[in-house]
Amino acid sequence: MMSLTAQHISYSHGRPDFALRDVSLSIARQSLTGLLGPNGCGKTTLLKLLAGVLQPDRGEVHLDRRALAGMPRREVARQIAVVPQETHPAFDYTVMEMVLMGRHPHLGAFQLEGPDDLAIARDSLAATGTAHLADRSYMTLSGGEKQRVVIASALAQAPHVLLLDEPTASLDLGYQLEVASLLRRLNRERGVTMVLATHDLNLAASLCDTLVLLQDGRVLAQGPTRDVLTPAMVHQLYGVDADVTFHDRAGHLTVVPVGRR
Amino acid sequence: MNEAILVDRAHASQPIRTRLALTIAGFGTLALLTCVLAPLVGSTQISLARVFDRSIPFEQNVDAQIFFVARLPRVLAGALAGAALAAAGVVFQAMLRNPLATPFTLGVSAGASLGAMLAIIFGVSVSLGPFTSVPLASFIGASLATALVYWLATSPGRAMSTSVLLLAGVTLNSFFSALIMFVQYIADFAQVYRAARWLMGDLDVGGFEPIAAAVPLTAVAFGLFALLPSSLNLLSLGADAAAVRGVDVVRSQRLAFFSASLATSAAVSLAGPIGFIGIVVPHLVRLMVGVDHRIVLPASTLFGAAFLVACDLLARTLLAPVEIPVGVVTAMIGGPFFLWLLVRKG
Repeated sequence: MMSLTAQHISYSHGRPDFALRDVSLSIARQSLTGLLGPNGCGKTTLLKLLAGVLQPDRGEVHLDRRALAGMPRREVARQIAVVPQETHPAFDYTVMEMVLMGRHPHLGAFQLEGPDDLAIARDSLAATGTAHLADRSYMTLSGGEKQRVVIASALAQAPHVLLLDEPTASLDLGYQLEVASLLRRLNRERGVTMVLATHDLNLAASLCDTLVLLQDGRVLAQGPTRDVLTPAMVHQLYGVDADVTFHDRAGHLTVVPVGRR
Repeated sequence: MNEAILVDRAHASQPIRTRLALTIAGFGTLALLTCVLAPLVGSTQISLARVFDRSIPFEQNVDAQIFFVARLPRVLAGALAGAALAAAGVVFQAMLRNPLATPFTLGVSAGASLGAMLAIIFGVSVSLGPFTSVPLASFIGASLATALVYWLATSPGRAMSTSVLLLAGVTLNSFFSALIMFVQYIADFAQVYRAARWLMGDLDVGGFEPIAAAVPLTAVAFGLFALLPSSLNLLSLGADAAAVRGVDVVRSQRLAFFSASLATSAAVSLAGPIGFIGIVVPHLVRLMVGVDHRIVLPASTLFGAAFLVACDLLARTLLAPVEIPVGVVTAMIGGPFFLWLLVRKG
């Protein structure tokens, strides 16, 4: 089964002020990994490297012992899907059209989508609670609806690994919880391995079994959430004094920032 | 970037196969009808029955002579240029992620125009196969402009920057325009008149040879277009979004850029820089069939052919016996349409 590993990857693209340096991490199959770190620490870049959209200057990313760099894009896309922070189509696609675009890596060059692809697209819409939006224009949706449709489009790729870049950043509290429970369900029921970059420590605490803390392009710490998410780490990472306590009703660690130090 | 234009979406419920078949059948019929009926209209009335009456020898069949010799080349030139410009518009709009891009946005036509100007004004007379000097020079100018924009906007192994492409195109357009003005300034009146006439677009190509010269180039471009539609859908979401769904972005962008530039160059070298086809047609087509490029590209190709032939029909009949340059007619229709598109999305 699918596991994703990065071995000593570095990436700068000619900008010394902005770089990932010697990052190694191993994403176990069916795990839910949170990627935390301050703005500009390289979370999005790391996700792009893990997705094979960017190539590391040094080191390699492996998908089940195969180097990502040597795989055709189409083949990578059948295994790894990405949900970016925002998706702005230049044309007014319907929700169904957006979701069907997820079938692209499974179709031949001149092949049009068939009944199977439509069934998978409908299933993905249903899984994200957006089936009723199928014929709507994507552009007219609210932020929360758009985010769920983009997740549906990623699901239509039938990926083993899903990489998400701040999937709840632009959502209100209700949608945040909804997307969180959707991701948890997809992880448990479909066994999708997930990596999500986020600024929301409580979301990460509630969702992720593993955390990777990134600072200035380096891995500060990685490990099980309960070991890594400590007041000391939060302080080191963000320069913020915070209480980290186990919340009985929520059933997970919660982080309450107290002040900047 | 929220420049997309909202369209009616009643069409989207049918499966893609059905929609594609219906679209090609519908627009194909329209294009064919336009090309057969347009040559019947003109200063001399001719009848379709007589044109195809096999019992009269061609030498004595005046209707057939008018149809095939006097009018058909012009109609075919219009169909070819219209199809190429409309399809190139679709491809450029998707790859630049900008619904208001045209085949001329990146400076291809300005390069072609400069080439043609130089050939006209310096009286160059060389020919290469079926190419005469002006089409040849304009094709060379277009190719050089394409190469220049490509060189400016690419770095090895990386996706093209759409903003650099657009800026390079705009800059080249004004630079070439300045050179064109200079060349016109130093030329004499007769040459300037001929040059100005060329810039207005002219489908009166005078025979089948110029069309024969443009057909192979257009055929190559359309062969490449056939590889593109699903990649264009994904490229229009953005380079990263396309890449994570399995598109080889660098390859698809280059394919789109060169094929659309080739189609534009072929059309412009045949008929001059006829404006607005590349934006009016794709937008009208999207209003009718939605925005999926697998439908929009073939539909725009066929509708572009019909549209330019119809515009040319207006150009030669509206003020008959005076002929209006076809570029003026397309601009008269296209200008207000373009503004309407801009206002409508607000």
